[in-house]
Amino acid sequence: MSAAWRASLQRFLITGPPLVYLLLFFGIPTLIMVLASLRLPGEFGGLAPLWETGPSGTELNLSLESYGRFFSDSLYAWLFFKSFLYALVTAVACLLLAYPLALLIARSPGKRRDLLVLLVILPFWSNFLIRVYAWMIILGPESVLTRTLNALLAGLGIAPVELLFTPFAVLVGLVYVHLPFMVLPLFANLEKHDPALLDAAQDLGAGAWSRFWRVTFPLSLPGVYAGTALVFIPAFGIFAIPDLLGGTQGIMIGNVIKQQFLDTRDWPFGSVLSMVLTVGALALAGLAALFGRRTRV
Amino acid sequence: MRKNSLWLPLAGFLVYVFLYAPLLIVVAFSFNDSRLNSQWVGFTLEWYRVLLHHEAMLQAAGNSLLIALVASAVSTVLGTMAGFAMYRFRLRVLPLLVLAPIAIPEILTGVSLLLFFVLLGMTLGMVSIILSHIAFCLGFVAIVVRSRLAGMDESLTEAARDLGATPWCAFRRVTLPLIMPGVVAGALMAFTLSIDDFVITFFTAGVGASTLPLQIYTMVKTSVTPEVNAISSLLMLLTLVLILVASKLSPSALRSGA
Repeated sequence: MSAAWRASLQRFLITGPPLVYLLLFFGIPTLIMVLASLRLPGEFGGLAPLWETGPSGTELNLSLESYGRFFSDSLYAWLFFKSFLYALVTAVACLLLAYPLALLIARSPGKRRDLLVLLVILPFWSNFLIRVYAWMIILGPESVLTRTLNALLAGLGIAPVELLFTPFAVLVGLVYVHLPFMVLPLFANLEKHDPALLDAAQDLGAGAWSRFWRVTFPLSLPGVYAGTALVFIPAFGIFAIPDLLGGTQGIMIGNVIKQQFLDTRDWPFGSVLSMVLTVGALALAGLAALFGRRTRV
Repeated sequence: MRKNSLWLPLAGFLVYVFLYAPLLIVVAFSFNDSRLNSQWVGFTLEWYRVLLHHEAMLQAAGNSLLIALVASAVSTVLGTMAGFAMYRFRLRVLPLLVLAPIAIPEILTGVSLLLFFVLLGMTLGMVSIILSHIAFCLGFVAIVVRSRLAGMDESLTEAARDLGATPWCAFRRVTLPLIMPGVVAGALMAFTLSIDDFVITFFTAGVGASTLPLQIYTMVKTSVTPEVNAISSLLMLLTLVLILVASKLSPSALRSGA
């Protein structure tokens, strides 16, 4: 057995199993979804047969019908736009909350820094549903927060408001769940800044405000882009948060995808929506990568 | 030396309060002697006692545990191979397949797996859940193992080869023990991800099997009962322990997840 042959056998044995597994349980399912978006809905939900044998021979049952339906009904474009807005506001809010925290952690001494990072990560690893559920308690109609707020509003002569099952509740949930995704890349960037730069800026007469806006912030842009992408992409496609906190007002595109697959069972149309979401998510990821690269040069 | 202003620690502190207060509220209410999650009445362990007799919940917990054990075991083996392959060879397809399930919205992985299993004619249940969990846990293990390998001194393996060890022997006796903390951390992460997963499980579970997150979802959707606080607190405790152990073994492991 030659050495080269042995080396390629070794490579095949190590790479093969995970590659085959991921092709089978990620690659092929993704291709099936692409194909399903071109198929026709079945009579009782699901998919119509891929080919049919009629008097004129066998023909494939593929069409752009579901895509046509998506582009002709502005409701779905509106839902995508709404989800985009939710994700955008979430990303901005996360940035505003995460920046001071990331800065604080990056400027802390070694031991304390590790602890502070761990404290950001820990809630991220607790169950996603529990973190959403916690806000159902906090924003619920009988909660301390809601009652206090409404008592204050009553003092001002304003009618009581509801917090749960509103777009506001969806935003709070989205920000809460995705915040660590913004803190970590920001921190990873800020940690690398050379403090001498700030000293130099100060020696040259820059005040605290101008040191931040003209030194720290421009240098941190790659972290800002990375964090924005990491928050934006999962927030765009989420369905559990609007499902639990949004009520009928706060529906996002993820809810409609879920509905098409599990309730209406129009799989081709569900696949079309998923395809548009995939393309949107990939485009945004590409855009973030592009911006990140440009700022690094 | 620049003077540190007070607003930064203050803002940071408030964000930590925002991160932790909701979770602490859930834990506090799990000990609250009231069916309503609105104000503190008194201390009780009643809701934990109720859990012990909650058949559906116990069944779901058993399922979750079994799924997480099998999925983390298989994804640790495959993920370690993938991490090793990505470190050692110049590959194009594998890194893409490893990273894509982590990068795209989870719901897409969920619905495409649903289509896949149904078109295969598989009955959705434990098996489809386990197969799906392996698919998304694998990548996380691969990333942790790869970063561990990147921090390793390559010359140790080379020395073993020079001393006459076969590639397999060098891997088993030198490389593997050195990357073991990374492998174990990856396994703990996979276990945590699996036991916590909601979205992908939601689409691949069918009516055949329930897991803890699915059970919590159903209970929260229909009516909020204090048992949810109790099971949530227990699940948080379990995750906390697993994650702290993983972070001791491989400090970089946690960040790759977030």
